[in-house]
Formats: sequence, C-alpha cells, structure tokens
Amino acid sequence: MANVRFENVTFHYGKHCIFKNLSLTVEESQILCLVGPSGCGKTTLVRCLLGFIKPETGAIYVGDRCLFDADRGINVPPENRHIGVVFQDYAVWPHMTVWENVLYPMKKMGLPKEEREARAHHALEQVRMTGYEDHLPSQLSGGQQQRVAIARALVSSDEVIIMDEPITNLDAKLREEMLNEIRLIQHDIGTTILYITHDQEAALQLCDIMAIMDRDGSLCQIGQDEDIILRPANRFVFEFIGVSNFFPLVREKDHTYLEAGGRKFPYDSCPAEIFASGKPMEMGVRLNDIVFDENSPVRGTIERIIFLGSEYIYFIRLGDRTIRMQSNALDVMQRDPVAENQEVGLAFLQPRYYEAKPEEVNAQ
Amino acid sequence: MENQIVLRHVTKRFTTKKLGTITAVNNFNLEVREGECFSFLGPSGCGKTTTLRMIAGFEDLSEGEIELCGRLVSSKDQHLYVPPEERGLGMVFQAFAVWPHMNIFDNVAFPLQIRKLSQTEIRERVKEALHHTSLDGMEEVYPSDLSGGQQQRIALARAIVTNPKVMLLDEPLSNLDPKLRESMRFEIKALQRKFGFTIIFVTHDQSEAMAISDRMMVCDMGNIVQVGTPEELYNKPRTRFVHNFLGQSTFLHVVVKGDKVYARGDMDQPLPIPVPPNIQGEMVIATRPNELDLNRTTGFKSRIENRIFLTDTTQYLVRVGDQLLTIQTPHRITFAEGEACCIRFVKVMWYPEEDEKAAEERAKRQTI
Amino acid sequence: MKFGMMQRQGSSDLAALDGKTFNLDKAMTIISFILLLIIVVIPIFMIVYNAFFYKGRLDLEMFRTVVFSKDNISAITNTVIIGVSVTVVGTIIGLFYAWLLGRSDIPCKSLMRALFMIPYMFPPFFGAMAWDMLLSGRGGYVNTWLMTHLGLTAPPFNINSLGGIIFVEVSYYFPFVFMQVVSALERMDPTLEESARIAGASQSTVIRRITLPLVTPAISAGALLILISSLAHFGVPAILGFSKQIYTLPTVIYAYIDRAGGSFEGIRQGAALSILLVFVVTMALILQKIVLSSGSYDIIKGKSMRPTLIKLRGAKYPLLLLAIVTLILIVLVPLIMIFLEGLVKAYGLPLVPENFTLDNFKAIASSKQTLDAIRNSLFLSISAGVLCMFLGVMIAYVVIKIKPKGKEILEMLSVLPYSIPGTVLAIGVILSWSGQLGINLYNTVWIILVAYMARYLSFSMKSASASLQQVHPSLEEAARACGASHTESLKDITLPLIRPAMIAGFFLIFLPSMRELTTSILLYGPYTRTLGVQIFALRDSGQIPQASALAGIAICIIIICNAIVTHITKDKRGV
Repeated sequence: MANVRFENVTFHYGKHCIFKNLSLTVEESQILCLVGPSGCGKTTLVRCLLGFIKPETGAIYVGDRCLFDADRGINVPPENRHIGVVFQDYAVWPHMTVWENVLYPMKKMGLPKEEREARAHHALEQVRMTGYEDHLPSQLSGGQQQRVAIARALVSSDEVIIMDEPITNLDAKLREEMLNEIRLIQHDIGTTILYITHDQEAALQLCDIMAIMDRDGSLCQIGQDEDIILRPANRFVFEFIGVSNFFPLVREKDHTYLEAGGRKFPYDSCPAEIFASGKPMEMGVRLNDIVFDENSPVRGTIERIIFLGSEYIYFIRLGDRTIRMQSNALDVMQRDPVAENQEVGLAFLQPRYYEAKPEEVNAQ
Repeated sequence: MENQIVLRHVTKRFTTKKLGTITAVNNFNLEVREGECFSFLGPSGCGKTTTLRMIAGFEDLSEGEIELCGRLVSSKDQHLYVPPEERGLGMVFQAFAVWPHMNIFDNVAFPLQIRKLSQTEIRERVKEALHHTSLDGMEEVYPSDLSGGQQQRIALARAIVTNPKVMLLDEPLSNLDPKLRESMRFEIKALQRKFGFTIIFVTHDQSEAMAISDRMMVCDMGNIVQVGTPEELYNKPRTRFVHNFLGQSTFLHVVVKGDKVYARGDMDQPLPIPVPPNIQGEMVIATRPNELDLNRTTGFKSRIENRIFLTDTTQYLVRVGDQLLTIQTPHRITFAEGEACCIRFVKVMWYPEEDEKAAEERAKRQTI
Repeated sequence: MKFGMMQRQGSSDLAALDGKTFNLDKAMTIISFILLLIIVVIPIFMIVYNAFFYKGRLDLEMFRTVVFSKDNISAITNTVIIGVSVTVVGTIIGLFYAWLLGRSDIPCKSLMRALFMIPYMFPPFFGAMAWDMLLSGRGGYVNTWLMTHLGLTAPPFNINSLGGIIFVEVSYYFPFVFMQVVSALERMDPTLEESARIAGASQSTVIRRITLPLVTPAISAGALLILISSLAHFGVPAILGFSKQIYTLPTVIYAYIDRAGGSFEGIRQGAALSILLVFVVTMALILQKIVLSSGSYDIIKGKSMRPTLIKLRGAKYPLLLLAIVTLILIVLVPLIMIFLEGLVKAYGLPLVPENFTLDNFKAIASSKQTLDAIRNSLFLSISAGVLCMFLGVMIAYVVIKIKPKGKEILEMLSVLPYSIPGTVLAIGVILSWSGQLGINLYNTVWIILVAYMARYLSFSMKSASASLQQVHPSLEEAARACGASHTESLKDITLPLIRPAMIAGFFLIFLPSMRELTTSILLYGPYTRTLGVQIFALRDSGQIPQASALAGIAICIIIICNAIVTHITKDKRGV
C-alpha cells in the first residue's frame, strides 16, 4: 500500500492555467473521489500522475517513490510508474482475450509464469469474471468489459489504482452495481484508489474522502461525505452538490428582508452577523428544504403541481419570479393537501448564507 | 369527450430468423380521448414503439383495427390501410428527423407546400409556428448549425404547422440533456394547451411519463399491464412489475400468520402492518424508499446497517428479518450507522411471489 | 507487493531525463516526408518542368504545337465526350439499382448486391476484349451470327465506336455510384423519410424532395470517381478504338511514347499532353467541389430501425428480370466469353466443343515471355503491396497520432496520386528515373515498382487511417500504464489492432497491381512485361485465344484473392 501525494503541481495548456500549486494527498487504502465539473482539470491531474503530460512545477510521489519532481529534473516515463488505471472507455484491448488482457501488465513486469497466472486468476475472481478467460472483449457487455479493465488495473499495481470516470458509459442500474463492486474489491485488497468523476452522486456512494475541484482548478473542500453534504465549505460546493434556490437579502433598519420577484418579504430569522462585511448577501436553500408553513410571511401562489411519483414538484410564484420546490411523497401524504392557484406560506429549513455573485448583483 | 384514437384487438407479429415469430403487440384495446396526453410506457421491446408506428401507418397490423378521429384507418378484416400521409397526424421522432438540406423555413413550410397553400398563407403560418416554438427570426438557419434542443423545436414547429388533431411523439426528449428535457416537457404541454391536440407520447422514462401525461399505459412484453392516471398507477400498481417500473421500489418477503405479518427470517417481532382479508402464507410487500418513516419512537424496531449520502436524500439500509430495507430520508433527518431506529410502514402493496420465467422472457425480448 | 519494481527501478530515473532516448516518432515523420517527396513530388515536378522548359530555358513552342495539333484536339474531344457520357449513364444506372436494392422490396437483395460489385473487381479491358470478340464490326460472333441468320448485309452492332467504348466503360464504372449510394441509403435515418410522409408527402414526393437531395453528396462522390477513372482510362479505348483510329488523351500519349521508341522528344510531347489531361481532371475536381459546397449532411440513423420498404407490387418481377438481364450482360457474358475464347483453337472459329483445345494454356505454360510476365506481375504486386502496406501505416500513424506540423501537406501528398491519371504518373516516373536526375531505372522492374507505389500508396494509407482513427488513444495509454514502452505499445497494441486493415490494404494494392495496364504499358521494357501488358500485347499481335486464356488465369487469381479479402475483413478480432 502507498499513499499518493501531489505537491504544488502547476500545469498550463498554452496560456490557460489548468491548476496552480495544487497539493493533494490520497492516504493509504483510501478511496478519494476527485469531483468537479467537466473541464475543471481533474483529468489533466490524472494524466500528470500517469506521466502522459509533464507539469511545470511541483512533485508527485507514490509512497516513497518520486515519480516527478520539477526541481530535481525527475520525470519517470508512464511505463515505469506502476499505477493501475481504469479509463472511461474501458480501454480493454479488443484483439486480446480477457486472459491476455489481464496477463499483459505482468508480462511487461517480467513476473514468472506461475505467479502471473495465479494473480490473473485471483484478479478475475475478484471482479467475478472467472469463466470468461477466452472471451474477446467484443463478446462482453459494457459492464463486463469494465470489470476486465478493473482486473487489469488490479494486477498492474496493488498500490494505487486510478479510475477516470469509469462508469459514465454504463446505464443507471449497472452503474450502481459497479460502484458497489468497486467498494467491495477495495475493501478486500485495501488498494489506494483515486477516483475521478463529475458525478457527485457516484462520488457520494463510493468515497471515503471527497475533494471538490472548482472550475479554476482549485480545491474547494476535502472532506467526508457528511461534511460535504451537511457543511459545504463555500457556495461552489453547495451549488455543485445539489439544486438550490437563491434569494438576495436586504438589510434595512435592523430588519432583514428576502427579495423575490420584485417583492420584499420580512426574514428576520436570518442572523444579522452575516452582514458584517457590508457585502450583498444571498440565502440559498435546497429544493426539498422549502416547506409549506401557514405562519410564514413569505407568501406565494402555487402555479403548478407536478407528480413524479417519489416526489411532488411545486412551481410557486413569488412576485414575478417562479421558484421551484420539491416535496418528499411521505411528507405530502402526511400534511394537508394543496392545490394549484392556492396561496401558501413558505418556510426554509437549513438555509445557507453566501456573498452574492457579482454578476447576480448586477442582474438584480 | 370523444374517443379520438381507438385500438381494437390490435396485434402485431414479427418473424425473425433468430427468434422465430414474436408477438410484439398482443391484442391491444385502447381508447384515447380528445385533448388528452396519453403515454405509452414500458421497457424496450414492450411493444410501445410498434404500436405507435401502427397508428402512424408505418406498420401493417397482423390483427385488429385502428380508428382515428372517428375514421377507420387500418383494418385487417376489411383489408383497409390508409397511408401515413393521409392520416393527418403530426409526429416528432427521437432523432429529430429535421431535413438537413433545408433551412428552418423550408423544413416547417414543407407540409404546407405539399398541401399547396398560397405563398402568403405559408409564410404566415410558418411564422406563427416558429413563434410558438421560440424560433422567431431563424428562418434562414440550417439545422446543422443548431443544438439538439433547437432541432427538436423545428420538428415540433413542423408538426404543429398543419394544426393536426393528433400528435405522435416517439421518445422526443431522450436525445436531449436532462435539463433541456425537463423544459421541453413544459413547452410541449404549453403547445398542447394552446392548440388542443391529442398527444400520444412514447417513452421508457417513467418520470417523464408521469410528469407529462393525463393518463398512461404501462406495457410489458407485448401486453398492456395497466392503464390509468399517473397517480393511480404509481399509488396502486397492479403488479410487481409496474411497482418496480414506476419509481424506486423496495420489496420485502413476508409470511402472514393469522392477523400478523412477519418478515422472512424474524418470527419474533411482527411488522406493524394491517393484514388485508384473504391473505395468508408467503407474500411480497412492496413499498418505496421514501414512503417509509424512519424515526426514533414508533414502528418496527431495528438498527441502521449502512448509510450513504445521496445528493437529495440520505439512504439507509435497515435490517428487517433476513433482508435489508432501503429507506431514503431528507438530509435533515440524520441517523448514524449502527444507531437504533424505528420504521413505520406508511403505504404498502401486497403481491404474490413472482415466478422467475417472466424476467427471463423480458431479457430475451430486449435483445431484439 | 513491490513486484517488478526492482528490475526497473534503476533505469527509470535515467530514462526520465528528457530527450535522451531515440525518438521513434520523429524518425517516422521525417521518413514519411522524404518518401512522399521521392515518389510523388519529384515526378509531378518533372512533368511540369519538362513540358515547359527545354535545356533549362522556358520553351512554350513544343507545348503549343502538341496541344493545338488537329489529332490531339479530336483526342481531347473524345476524352471529354466519353468521360461525360460514361459519368451520366453510369450515375443513372448506379442510382437506379441502388434505390431498387436499398429501398424497394425486390427479392434476393444481398445476392444481387454482391453480384453488382463484381465488375468492380475486374479490369475493364477484359470486358473490352470480350465485347470486341462479340460485337466487333465484321468478326464479332454476334454480328456474324445475326448477319447469316437474318440475312443482313451490314453488321448490326459496332463496338469499335465511341458508343461501344462508352457502353463497356459504363458497365465497369457504374458500381462506383451504386456502392456509394447504397451505403448512404443504409446509413440514412429512416425517420427523415417517415417524417415527410407524416407531413403529407406521397412516396414519390419523398424520393424527389427528401431522399435524392440527401444522397446527393454520395452521388457526386461516386460520379466524380467515374469521371476521373474514365478520363484517365487507357485499356478500353485502346482495345476498341485503335483499329478505327479513335483516340483519347491516354491512348494518344501512349501512341506518342510508343512511336518515339523511348526518345526524349517523344516523352516530352507526352508530358505536354499529360499536362492537358491533368487539366481536364482538375476541372472535374473543381466541379465536384462546387456541387458539394452545399455541405455534407449528417444523415446517420438514431434508433436502429428498418426503413419501410416500398412495395413494387406489379412491377416487382419485371424489375427483377431487368436486374438479372443487366447482371448477365455486364458480368456473365464477358466472363464466359473470355473463358470460351481461351479454349478455342483459333480466333473466329465457332464456339462449339469440336473447336475447343487446351493448347492455348499449354502455349502460355511454355512461353518464357508469358511466364516472365506472370512472375513480374506477382513480384511487383507483392512488393508494392507489402511496401505500401507498411509505408501507408507509417504515414497514417504520423498524420493521425503524431500530428506534426505540416501533416495536412503529408495527407494531401499521399492522396494526390489517386486523382492523377496513371498515364501521367508513368510519364513523370520516366522523366524522373531515366537519368535526368542521375538515377536510371528505365527498362528495369524497379521503375514500375516506384510507379505502382506512388499510384496505390493512398489505398493502404486510407485503409490504415480509417482503422487508426478507431484506435482510441486510451488503448495505447493503458498499455503505457501497464508498463509497456512507447515502442512496445505500438508493437503489442496498435499494430495488432490495425492488422485487418493492413491486410486489407495489402490486397487493395495487390489486386489492382495484378491487372494494371495503364501505367505498365508505358514503363515496360523488353524483360519487364507485366500480366496486363502481356495480355494486351498478345491480343495486339492477333493471338486473341492465347490472350483470353491468360486473361482467364488472371480472373481466377483475382477471384481467389477477393475471397481471401472477404474472409479477412470478416475477422472478429478487428476493431
């Protein structure tokens, strides 16, 4: 086992800075999910680790092995880095059987034949692909190909495996299955896994630790799923991890008002300290943290109700703005029914306060 | 309201080399009312698209007859077949099917040119259709310069320009990204309210069907399983298949003894569920992860085995007998792994144990 | 746990130092440029130079006399008439059968489709030979039979005419349009047509307003192939036209060179005419650019669905009959004729069993010249095939994976010879490699090899590029991450993956080289005849049965090789 360390790594594509002085450590036997919107530089980081591209500054270590160090002029070529990889498009070699695919990395390492075969058997067992040794990838389903790719990564390194969006091409059911399987395998072997994805849902299901990357290549928050969900470090994390409504807040004569669609609603439950900096503030709330409350001064009209089975979606008109809220079917069953065109009061559970984005201030 | 589309004993059989003769559509009887939005919902290979293509006139019937707006258009017995161009329908396809060699104006004007309307009227009506689909002023643009959503709008404009009474939509949103898919649903509904046409909407996406339909039909392996409003189907699914297909399900194998229900593998603590009359022995109860109330005071006593945060909800696995029950709660209700908890069953459905054969048959048909 | 690391730990940090390792990519790039310079750029340059310069000075006099001579003007006219007529008629026939097989419910589709491709396999001059035997003015079998049985005084058919040349070329070139359009129809999303039906258009309106415009790019691509092939074609007009003094540009160039007996003046005149031929072909290319400027459309289908087939009803069997008759005429009749004539004792004898003999085959087996020709052709085809296969892969790899500066030039240079007529290329090769540049390969087999390579390199390069494009970079990267060096990943992953394309590329070159005539006829020396040249020469000297027998052998070789190609391209291990 080994950890993976990026130390002050910087990379530019031409003049465009992908990330600057980025440092990140994946601890031994941990699954770290690096999550970020597409184009944020997560794949670039992986390619730096694999040695397909060369960062300008910093150093990369796996355990005590230095793979790259700009100052010392070290840049180990990809073939000598010994990191297992699972690519998004599987990258299972179509001209080799499952067996040949899994044996290949060990052949390149020059392992003795008996050890190779024993390890290949074991790896295929772990991904539940025993019995498919003689199949060509074209005879396998997408999920099975992905399993072969994982087996191949397992035999190339039992220290570190990188997975670059490995399940995006699978359908929803299979995706869930694969995630469970990756967890189980990791549990058995204890390999360190760096998992790259833009899908926060998958990351939440899989990881020990999540690292959220912003569009500019900076890491916003590194923490457990619970931290990320319940205590998002900044507005980007909050917005990235789920859908929310944002309302500008106005502070006038010791009272706070919530602004929506050109109207102002008293909103004094909001702590006054947030205005300390004097900057314009906003309140953000998740769609399913908005609830009906007859006593609330924030009042709107139900424009439309859409039944989606597991949940109801309400479009509610506040002034000339229509917001959206979502209610769990269980909650709906347990409270008084509402109808379209009815006036309702809205309360906000777990509101969060952030500085308003400059462009939104202008738009208002 | 009148019945605008009527299917009587409609059956379609295909013969393929690999699988022999397959009944893709088995004795469909259906009445779709005027102005209604009616969805055909089911997994691939269930016969929904074939049925739509028979209504459009692209497929012959093996048996039965189809009536459109009070006029018989296909009948096996009477050897009657009205070609698609004479059925007066509007249709939108999954792959958009806008003609790449024509600009937007020509695409939308095509149906009117075929009908030999005057130039001024054509210009007028195309302009109106483009207005209703938010494509104002884009007459000269070619489809290849447009995004998928805009191409689908062209297809919609082309379909409404002739003011058809019936609109057939064949998975029109499945090639669009999720955000766009949702806003297009509203656009389609708005167009329907405006023009009052009847919609047949084919989809395999249950949430799409539920969001858009007045009534819907769930079919499986060439048979109609259930027809009704989205609420009826979601809340009272007739079979386990429908339960599972419309939204998430969590199933529990139970044993009924007298007036008590026990989870399989735990005959000590009965489940707090009333037993409906005439039910005894081994059964399956079905409920949904977010229709289970997880609390600390009342209900079936158990322990949290596993907790996963999802974006909208927290998902818990809770042991009940020899099975794990999936429960989803909003993030604001938090339990730790290993914590004691109580489960209240708010709504359950009872089904007999399903045989395995049906599942196999389904898998086979999906490969066609 | 630290398996494998021990052996490599030492070397890894060493190799880390940039730029010290041998750079395979750079070497391949440089070799590609040099290669194309030698086999493509130099010949083209030499033609232009020699047409306009004489002894280092600009000299337009010769160019003017050659171009404006009365004979040559009539050759130009003939070339254009034949080219345009073959294109128009071939396109219409190709289109008709493509639609019939692609959209109607005519029976036996896949069989007919395979049969319609057959003319594509054989060199058109075999057909010209066969039709000449059947329909030539006086001697043709059909003509004599009709004259004796119907008591006609004049032969009813004359294949030795512009019309005859057009007929034979059409029957070999229409598959170009046929294949392009059939595959376009197959790829086309059927809902494009269905939505027009829903819009209220009848079947015929749909064909006119939707289907035809959508396959226009395919039609024009096929039509252009016909036009270029026909303009540059030598065999058919040579066989059918010489006896009646009907010349086209390629045959007149051949006549110049032949008459000059290798003198430099004759070759220069040929070069001047070549410029003219290139000019005509260029015009055709520009024409296509204009036609295609409306853009190519994305007509790929979404859901896999069978297009609704048009019911031919009453017309079904008459149309089937028409298709069968067409197939018999263009495929069966010429082939049977070649084989029968190869068995006959002497040209002109009735084709009855009493006149059959195997003497022609024995003569072939005992003629050193003929055996040499077969041996030369085999040697040339295999060498050109193997060399081009590897060089094509190399250039394709450079263009697609390495992407150096100037890759567009590389790509353009490698496909350029494809649109240069074979005759022109041959003259360029003669001018380049017969001493002017210090290397003299004239009258050796090597000069033919160079010409074949220039002519066919684009085939293997295209086949390899198409295949390489499907090899996703992550396949190679996965190998690197698994511990394979760059060279090893090429050898273990990339090359095996494109192997089917390489083998297909080999046959794509081997087959046309085996039957090549246009280029070889200008380059062969006393000891370097090729199969095509020998058949042509035997026929020219009146030994028609022997020529037919040899052609029959060539046909057998071609059929066997084609079967091998089909077998290989079906290989499941491909990408």
